[in-house]
Amino acid sequence: MTLAVDVTSRRGAFEVRAAFEAEAGRTVALLGPNGSGKSTLVSTIAGLVPPVEGAITLDEAVLDDPANDVHVQPERRPIGVVFQDLLLFPHLSAMDNAAFPLRARGVTKPEARQRASELLARLGLANRADARPRELSGGEAQRVALARALIVEPALLLLDEPLSALDVAARMRVRELVRDELARFPGVRIIVTHDPVEASILAERLVLLEDGRVTQIGTPEEIRSAPRSRYAADLVGVNAVRGFLEPIGEGTGRLISSEGALVTPWPEWYVEGDVVGIVRPIDVTLGPDRPEGSARNVLFGRVTSVAIEGDRARVRLATAPPLVAEVTLGSVERLGLRSGVEVWASFKAVEVELLPP
Amino acid sequence: MSLATDSRRSPSTASSPLRRGRIPAGFVVLAALGVALVALPLLGLVLRTPWSRIGEILASETALTALRLSLIVATTSAAISFVLGFPLAWVLVRGTFPGKTLVRAVVILPLVMPPVVAGVGLLAAFGRRSGLVGSWLYDWFGIQLTFTTAAAVLAATFVSFPLAVLALEAGLRGLDERLEDAAATLGASRWYVLRRVTVPLMGPQIAAALVLSWARALGEFGATITFAGNLQGRTQTLPLAVFEQLQTDTDAAFAVSMLLIFLAFAVILGLRGRFLR
Repeated sequence: MTLAVDVTSRRGAFEVRAAFEAEAGRTVALLGPNGSGKSTLVSTIAGLVPPVEGAITLDEAVLDDPANDVHVQPERRPIGVVFQDLLLFPHLSAMDNAAFPLRARGVTKPEARQRASELLARLGLANRADARPRELSGGEAQRVALARALIVEPALLLLDEPLSALDVAARMRVRELVRDELARFPGVRIIVTHDPVEASILAERLVLLEDGRVTQIGTPEEIRSAPRSRYAADLVGVNAVRGFLEPIGEGTGRLISSEGALVTPWPEWYVEGDVVGIVRPIDVTLGPDRPEGSARNVLFGRVTSVAIEGDRARVRLATAPPLVAEVTLGSVERLGLRSGVEVWASFKAVEVELLPP
Repeated sequence: MSLATDSRRSPSTASSPLRRGRIPAGFVVLAALGVALVALPLLGLVLRTPWSRIGEILASETALTALRLSLIVATTSAAISFVLGFPLAWVLVRGTFPGKTLVRAVVILPLVMPPVVAGVGLLAAFGRRSGLVGSWLYDWFGIQLTFTTAAAVLAATFVSFPLAVLALEAGLRGLDERLEDAAATLGASRWYVLRRVTVPLMGPQIAAALVLSWARALGEFGATITFAGNLQGRTQTLPLAVFEQLQTDTDAAFAVSMLLIFLAFAVILGLRGRFLR
């Protein structure tokens, strides 16, 4: 079974345009910063926000096709959704929340309750069946919401930020549970998250969403080795500069972006258009003076932050383009690196890896 | 300014919550006058009520007929207010259409309109001879509303309807619509969402709408006597009975008044915790 999404959706002035596919048995994560349009996309797939263009199909079933006036109402979609703030019904017990989708489909009360309590028991909530949502802990409420979404065995499971409302301790436990439930769920599985760690633990395939657009689709490994945007690069901890190339000499080019230019090797495959230049933070050398030597990229700028990770530090620089450098703690001390200090950053042209977009 | 920020200040300003409890002397006098204004007539009623005869008076034909009619009129009216008021509140809260503010103002107007004017208006609309709809109803179907129980219900509904709409509007506004969205994604039809999510979550406001409009309908006088008349067994509700008895048998007027006070008091107790905090 495959969900194919290729839509444009609007909410007020905000527009999301996204195209991706999700196959049964493989979890897809929609990963993006806050405000990237993840929630709008979730609402569109769930049928709450009809798209203005494009189509959503689940195998042969067309869920949305505005050009042909097709819009399947939310209640007729085979989709189980766990919303970001859960939206459990406050007037119903945990068991009746979980039984709600069965009751809505005309299953008798005793049977619906029987099936709900079995599912709650599987999720470790056997003794909380009679509790109201406000009496549940964050982790318990999360599991009730999951039970409610799973109980009718939908074709598609959609989890919107399933762990964001939980504290650290609960998050670890619920993450394991969510992972187990995703693994045993046979249909199409989509999770939405802003947390790259969560995404790479729970999903086999990532769809990066930035500012209402899909910027990259791939496995975590693919994105790690070849990020295509600043956000993706940030996620995997490398620098990415997007722009076009112009030749400046034998085998050498200049990558011109809106935020600055870099000297790069000239790739034989280049014809025209945008490319992404990747610079690994470990390749960026910092110094107090303008460096003498073979480095073709020499930039001057102010340090905006220094983050220490183990025996190394990630230094953010307000150069043009902005960069992250990774240096030893020794260098931090020797150069007196802290916010506001001005330094020279340098790296060789060959240290810029160019990727076709 | 919150207490928390006050308490972190210097000792002199930290005492301000105590100062806040001080009440200006003039206010005490005026507040007492306010209470007296409401309490004196109540006290007068209690003192003037012929307690020894009250059982006999209330068991009389006139009182029992009026009570029965009042309960029928108020209950029917509250039911109509809910059945029409719920969809109207829905449209006013969730709909967007030109003239919404005007529609809302018109619906609320009976709340501040003199009831006798309401009665005149009802005559103009439903009167047998010259009523906008009334003359047509009579000419075509032979239906006459004036001087019938239906007219008493109509008059009571006219004045109590805005209370129901206001309470239901408040309920719908306070509802998290995303719960209804969530219910839809869980397979609930619109009707099922309404029945199992919207209405249960609005329970307190629906109760308030019913009780308030019922109580207002129970006490309706001006519009009823103007539009429906004062016919025992057909349009003579408790307040109309009081009005009539005041001219013939004052003891009976006080006894029936006491009954109305009792019913009103029961409503207040029923609403306790909803509007009285």
